[in-house]
Amino acid sequence: MRQTIPVVNPNVQGKQYPATDPYLVGREKIREFAHAVKSVSPTNLDLFAAQAAGYADLVAPPTFAVVIQERSLSAVLADPEAAIDFSRVVHGDQRFSYVRPIVAGDELTSVLSVAAVKSLGAHSMVTFETKIFDIDQQLVCTATSTLVVRGDE
Amino acid sequence: MTVKFDDLEVGQSVGALEFLLTRDSLVRYAGASGDFNQIHYRDDVAAAVGLPGVLAHGMLTMGAAVQVAVNWIGDSGRIADYQVRFTKPVVVDPVEGAVLVVSGKIGALDAEARTARVDLTATFQETTVLGKAQAVVRF
Repeated sequence: MRQTIPVVNPNVQGKQYPATDPYLVGREKIREFAHAVKSVSPTNLDLFAAQAAGYADLVAPPTFAVVIQERSLSAVLADPEAAIDFSRVVHGDQRFSYVRPIVAGDELTSVLSVAAVKSLGAHSMVTFETKIFDIDQQLVCTATSTLVVRGDE
Repeated sequence: MTVKFDDLEVGQSVGALEFLLTRDSLVRYAGASGDFNQIHYRDDVAAAVGLPGVLAHGMLTMGAAVQVAVNWIGDSGRIADYQVRFTKPVVVDPVEGAVLVVSGKIGALDAEARTARVDLTATFQETTVLGKAQAVVRF
């Protein structure tokens, strides 16, 4: 019988990666992202509408936190200990839980931990939990992402 | 028109939208999100890894689908929680693009937390592409 080599090192379960450098959320970046996800929401695009709704600046679309998550995730994908082959990665599921919306002007850092590593036949499923904090160290959003790493069939 | 929590009923529709995802949409999303995986814009790379064609970013499908809930409530800042499972890829034809059809209905109401869960259905060529697509709206 052929030996199955795990496509993700199971020992990285529980591993936490260092906080990313602060990411400054720009007003035009929010507009650019909003157009890209086909948003026509006034609070994403119109500063006066956002302020009238009680926000300090433009509000980011609900999936914008992926931009911050990505910065943490790239550290994992580059980590030789995790040994994840990016070309075999498929996005399995994604969740964003907001304490408050992200708005332009926020400076956000993220801390990622590997919540679970599971085997599913030849494949591995890795669940990452990324906590996104503002400059006052208050939690803004928790992003949970499961990647499926395809093994040899 | 302001949506009032007390008027809501489980099962009621919150609307539907159709999105035409073209290769231009994918390039735009790649730039906006920073996800430059080549399977989202190069036919040769997609073919080399065994895909049926260039695929839309799952996160683009996720990001567009929630707009049904956002348009209904009128403010994306009121989406407190949003999750999906990526069940099928969306293949984007270089000429025709791909039409994503999304509809939403109220899946659950939490009177204590004053939140409404919007359950989204997203289909491409009559196949569901997102599973458990749920957006929780804050009131």
